[in-house]
Amino acid sequence: MELQAESYEQMAKQVVKEHRQVKWFLLGQLLKRKAAMLSLIILVLTVTAALFAPWVAPYPDQGMGAVNISQRLSPPSNEHLLGTDIYGRDMLSRVICGARISIFGGMFIVVTAAFIGVPLGLWAGYNEGKSGAVIIKVVELFLSFPATLIAMAITILFGAGWSTALIALVIPWWPWYTRLVQGEVLSIKQMLYVEAARMLGYGKIYIIFRHLLPNVITPVIVMILLDLGPAIIAIGLLSFLGLGTQPPMADWGLMVWEGAQNILSEWWIAIVPGCAMFIVVTAFNIFGDALKDILTPGRSSG
Amino acid sequence: MNESLMTLSKVNTWFANEKTITGKPVSWIKAVNDVTLNIYKGESLGLVGESGCGKSTLGRTILRLVPLHSGGIRFMGDDIASLYGKKLRPFRSKMQMVFQDPKASLNPKMNIFKILSEALYLNTVLGKKDFLEQGVKLLNLVDLRPEHIFRYPHEFSGGQQQRISIARALATDPDFIVFDEATSALDVSVQAQVINLIHELRRQLKLTYLFISHDLSIMAHACDRVAVMYAGQIVEVQKAQSLFSAPRHPYTRALKDAVPVADPSSKKGLSILKGEVAKLSDLPSGCYFHPRCEFKQDICSKEPPDVYKTGKRSWVRCHFQEALWEQRELMDTKESA
Repeated sequence: MELQAESYEQMAKQVVKEHRQVKWFLLGQLLKRKAAMLSLIILVLTVTAALFAPWVAPYPDQGMGAVNISQRLSPPSNEHLLGTDIYGRDMLSRVICGARISIFGGMFIVVTAAFIGVPLGLWAGYNEGKSGAVIIKVVELFLSFPATLIAMAITILFGAGWSTALIALVIPWWPWYTRLVQGEVLSIKQMLYVEAARMLGYGKIYIIFRHLLPNVITPVIVMILLDLGPAIIAIGLLSFLGLGTQPPMADWGLMVWEGAQNILSEWWIAIVPGCAMFIVVTAFNIFGDALKDILTPGRSSG
Repeated sequence: MNESLMTLSKVNTWFANEKTITGKPVSWIKAVNDVTLNIYKGESLGLVGESGCGKSTLGRTILRLVPLHSGGIRFMGDDIASLYGKKLRPFRSKMQMVFQDPKASLNPKMNIFKILSEALYLNTVLGKKDFLEQGVKLLNLVDLRPEHIFRYPHEFSGGQQQRISIARALATDPDFIVFDEATSALDVSVQAQVINLIHELRRQLKLTYLFISHDLSIMAHACDRVAVMYAGQIVEVQKAQSLFSAPRHPYTRALKDAVPVADPSSKKGLSILKGEVAKLSDLPSGCYFHPRCEFKQDICSKEPPDVYKTGKRSWVRCHFQEALWEQRELMDTKESA
């Protein structure tokens, strides 16, 4: 049973070598999932196109809102691959420029909401005392009103506009994350490994970040990816009401609403941004799902 | 063996049951009542009792994981009952705990190396680069292979998970370990392995431990001395060998009789203890055991019994222990008849 000290060192080296191979194996797991890889490729392409919109779009100025009346309402053709809208603007350029507002706007809303909501949820779940109770009451207050109603009220108060709309949507959005995290923490903190960490002499902050956060982060990531769709739609809704993105700029939601008026005759105006939204949101969902499977040890890959 | 490692004097652990609006408790759940106990250096003490009798709470109280209501705890001469939070840290590495559910006691998101590093980081003088070597050494100590170190808890069986918990407890080089039902969740064969491992470790590392279990038959193998707990109170302390042959307290006797014998030809039926376990929020008057005791007299419901010494390190808490002791042969013949 007793081994020499050198042999422990050798064993340790051997173990590290094998561990490196295991890390590559995890990357292989992601590569093996075809749907997830396809989603990832779509997302990378869309985000890149959105980032470099002025260079990618065939008619960048029309994409940003310049009117081209002579070409109005023309169906898809060689000149305009996806047709033009009511002011004659190239739909492909519009969609690529709109991606900036929709995708980055949606990301901003959910990520900011998560950054505010998750720490509050961790705190409220771990401390059931007064501070936790206050956080939960505030969360319940926010959740008792429809999110869009709160956002509308805020944009009306502080003036319509793209940036106001984003912040106005973050405000009713974060309580969902607080509630999700608080519920998870309530069950996780009963786990014996939390007590074991206390037994080892660790304090509250360490336990929250090292033991609770890693165990709630998976549902949070999934919720972020699932929330992107609703967030993109919510921006569109505010824009439609004239409270969000201001014309001539447009996000996908606003474009769908614009096109919906002529859906029977000029179908492409609504269908093109609608499909863009559908593809991106689905890609986020599939990728999020695969990521969840890979990140959760002990769950079969399915 | 003669020096006391852990001394408990009149320890009470009560939790508030109901509170007034201002937060003042009106009624208590009395999980641990008036426990006075010595745990000697190098000894293995068993703590046995029905579920819900407060044995886990006592274990946690000793390790200062739950707040004390009153009483004193001395660990190697230092008073640890009045310490809180950071001031307890120097003592944390000296006493550790192994929990009942091996799965829940390991964080599923951390591999074994991280789990062991966490224990080493705060409680040893080793640098980070030595953690891996020390981790391999610890795994070797609990009969696990070095290549296990980067695996995650779910890749192990229950028995292996429990070994990892033991390795984590050993990482801080403790003098005292509480095994809280550490073998209860395991299969019988695995139980035996873990108990043998604990024995081996005790011999190698000169450990003192408190072994909490509801299983009386395990006690004889795992422990030198056994304390029997009922309704938050220790009713009897006995040498493990004589617990089966000579139980002093009626409750110990009842527990002994309820242990099944692995012999199909045995004619002796299992005697079953009548009634319910005493409610910790509403304890009976006098002797806590009197509503279920077959030998009870008037005095039992009126006066709490004193402690009677029955040996050098054993005692019993019963009004009629002497009378029962004299009657014991009579009882045994009646049983076998």
